[in-house]
Amino acid sequence: MQPNTGKTRPVEQVEGVTIRFVGDSGDGMQLVGSEFTKASAIAGNDLATFPDFPAEIRAPTGSLAGVSGYQVNFGSRDIFTPGDQPDVLVAMNPAALKTNLQDLRPGGILITNSGAYTEGNLEKAGYKSHPLDDDALKKNYKVVSVDMDKLTQAALAGSGLSNKDVARCRNYFALGMMYWLYSRPPEAQLENIRAKFKKKPEIAEANVKVFQAGHAFGETTELFVSQYTVPAAKLAPGTYRNVTGNGAAALALATVAKLTGREVFLGSYPITPATEILQDSSYFKDMGVVTYQAEDEIAGIGSAIGASFGGSLGVTTTSGPGLALKSEMLGLAVIAELPLVVIDVQRGGPSTGMPTKTEQSDLYIALFGRHGEAPMPVIAARSPADCFYATLEGFQIATKWMTPVLVLTDGYLGFGSEPFRIPEEGELAPFEVKYQTTPNYNGQYMPYLRDAKLIRPWAVPGTAGLEHRIGGLEKDSMSGMVSYDGMNHEKMVKTRAQKIRNVIEDVPDVVVDGEPTGDLLLLSWGGTYGSVRGAAARLRGQGKKVGHVHLRWLNPLPKNLGAVLKAFKKVLVPEVNDGQLANYMRMSFPGLDPLQFNRINGKAIKISELTAKVNEILG
Amino acid sequence: MSANGQTQNPVPTYTKKDFESGVDPRWCPGCGDFSIINQVQKAMPNVGVARENIVFISGIGCSSRFPYYMNNYGMHTLHGRAPSFASGLKVSRPELMVWVITGDGDALAIGGNHFIHTMRRNLDLKVLMFNNRIYGLTKGQVSPTSLLGQKTKTTPHGSPDYPFNAPALALGAGATFVARSIDVEGAHMGGVIAAAAAHKGSTFVEVFQNCPVFNDGAYTFLTDKAVKTEAILRMEAGKPLLFGKDNKKGIRFDGQKAELQVVTLGEDGVTEKDILIHDPTRADPTIAFMMANLSDRAGFPTPIGIFRDVRKPTADEMTWEMIGATKAKKGERSLVKFLSDADTWQVK
Repeated sequence: MQPNTGKTRPVEQVEGVTIRFVGDSGDGMQLVGSEFTKASAIAGNDLATFPDFPAEIRAPTGSLAGVSGYQVNFGSRDIFTPGDQPDVLVAMNPAALKTNLQDLRPGGILITNSGAYTEGNLEKAGYKSHPLDDDALKKNYKVVSVDMDKLTQAALAGSGLSNKDVARCRNYFALGMMYWLYSRPPEAQLENIRAKFKKKPEIAEANVKVFQAGHAFGETTELFVSQYTVPAAKLAPGTYRNVTGNGAAALALATVAKLTGREVFLGSYPITPATEILQDSSYFKDMGVVTYQAEDEIAGIGSAIGASFGGSLGVTTTSGPGLALKSEMLGLAVIAELPLVVIDVQRGGPSTGMPTKTEQSDLYIALFGRHGEAPMPVIAARSPADCFYATLEGFQIATKWMTPVLVLTDGYLGFGSEPFRIPEEGELAPFEVKYQTTPNYNGQYMPYLRDAKLIRPWAVPGTAGLEHRIGGLEKDSMSGMVSYDGMNHEKMVKTRAQKIRNVIEDVPDVVVDGEPTGDLLLLSWGGTYGSVRGAAARLRGQGKKVGHVHLRWLNPLPKNLGAVLKAFKKVLVPEVNDGQLANYMRMSFPGLDPLQFNRINGKAIKISELTAKVNEILG
Repeated sequence: MSANGQTQNPVPTYTKKDFESGVDPRWCPGCGDFSIINQVQKAMPNVGVARENIVFISGIGCSSRFPYYMNNYGMHTLHGRAPSFASGLKVSRPELMVWVITGDGDALAIGGNHFIHTMRRNLDLKVLMFNNRIYGLTKGQVSPTSLLGQKTKTTPHGSPDYPFNAPALALGAGATFVARSIDVEGAHMGGVIAAAAAHKGSTFVEVFQNCPVFNDGAYTFLTDKAVKTEAILRMEAGKPLLFGKDNKKGIRFDGQKAELQVVTLGEDGVTEKDILIHDPTRADPTIAFMMANLSDRAGFPTPIGIFRDVRKPTADEMTWEMIGATKAKKGERSLVKFLSDADTWQVK
């Protein structure tokens, strides 16, 4: 390479860029990705991110199974998803190249660490010849091949660090290059590094040096033809932070405690991809969140129901296999009519399935997965930041209606991130959670004596004179005492079902994105919101008469949904499963037979593939 | 005190009747459960806790109907899972006195995992296990405490499984209070229940309970007038472990062999000084464990009374200490301040 001779490179302005960082799971790609994300956020870009890592903590170095990635999509316009196809692929070794190159946009930039293309690593990646020598590669992509190993070593010559420590700094070389390429001011990053490695100043300085070397390398080499800048997006004014879906759900727990003045009790058991909610929440002790790591999934929900019996706001967090284990407990919460929130971060199933990969396949179990007649409200979050609001809503419904509520998110939302506008003081209204403190029937307490909406009162231990017993056996419609009377059982089943139907008063009507009638309606729920909204916008831009309805409420379904669906010639349901919402719609609206677009490959639906599908349907 | 906690009410003077819900128990005539609830209702006026602050949580089985008959707060939950509900309740409302009512199948089979973890955590929960060595509610199947060779509806040729020794299991899992009593020993059981109520920490009480329908006579080897003096060893803190007619027999700890032995006072020069003094407060549970295992050994009496009673910080105490410390350190934070505790940026 030639040193820079003072020639300035053109700075191109672009609307949006998708970058994917990939390397060994020990290469620090999650760190580099999230650091770059932070810089983009501070630059005012709208953004969305998604990490992609193997289920194994450390698969063998250099192996295909051990490749870990982090994708960030940032731009000056609304960003709906972490991006279909990366415009830039930063691949730290041959295995990372092998597993990710097919996703790179034709003509995109490939930045790779040529130092890692040793014979051993090439063999582990299954390359028979050196992929960087391939002419087709150079023809299809802008290939920037840099020996980051060597340059990192050179930058740290004489530092006295071990070879291992030196090697671990090379991710900062890549980050430095990306800072230059996207015109990010490097100063803030230097501070970040020093803060991050406060306890190991020698490592901090080494990373600073390597980061600067990477930045300078970008500036002085002729490897990049252009430098890019992405202008700030037009977001609503306010203070922002970046949140993952799981992080947002945890923030919501503390928020609920603050808004109600009641303790939130989280009983949970570690399970991918939901664990971070429990981890994050365990730091919120001062905010009224009590966390309890139980011995298993069943005890996780059991402890939450026990806490709810005691007047706390019980919540449990889980993923598919855990939800299956909690089924019997959910039935108890239904029959006892205690408030409870269950956050299910869905993953690929059945059984252990694909723990780190996303899927929307728990809709059936959420709606129907209990024995007996056991309906409960089901809502779904649509984006990482929306996990905050969906959780908040879950608690409002659970406490108002004395019922368990299922809040569905998924691995794509749980791990993915986006900017979150922090609500201002007073923006979130406090909501009251009432206990019964006086007898409600001739000087006695009847725990199942209902109000006009069929909601039962909630008296908690410690309230003198209101001592009562509840449980999983069918109960008398007033006193709650055990009753095996068939007529009473039928009455109770129907009353509990009607109560859940009454929740409709809190379910807003759906609003069509686009015109209220047209050739095709995209109907989606949960984590596909970004992809489907993006596809709908793109299709309308192409002149297609396409609308989009996104469901937050899965049970009860919004009142106007049937009429809205009928106003379109065709309905297409895109889902990351084999058609669960589509079937639910067939059952709920007889005569409706929606078309399906299903992906079950562990990945979110891409805007481009959905757009292509709709174009195929509409001809 | 949690935010949901009511202020600690003054404790009125109660009688046994104040703890009777008025619902007639639906147990079979002659069931040992009647005697147990009688002793619990008798003990409750003296535990120093207001009635509304005492909660009974049960699982599934004959014994688990218990909360319906107590005039307290109560919850009849799922098979084996009562400890999980009780744990969540106790952690979130540490000022409550929480009892878990369970049976041998409920606690040790389907609920075995919850049971051992409840003992390990040293949450201040009081587990009262009715052991009738049979599944009663399902009409007579083998249970985890049924004896080897016991014939039941599912083991018509005799059980090929070794049973749990419940106090030994509780001790092994880390319980800080472990005791045993027998349904027909009313006064003894009353004393054990009072001690269990007074203990802070994971509390396990096994009550040998006769099922007159499906396992009648399971404990006659202990309770028959003709044998009980020789068969039962009554452990009393600070006293030598003596039993038998005129308290002539005793338990000796042989240091060389590291084992417990039955000896007779006056034989081979044995005097009362050779007899092991019962001390439930030993920090090391080993001797308690050896005592618990005596009931499985031929030629040894079955100990009843308190095996272990040690005070250690409880999980609920430590949880609330951490909460208090975090609150003191962080100070009062507004919601906005809390949500802004991250890298933030402004959009104008």
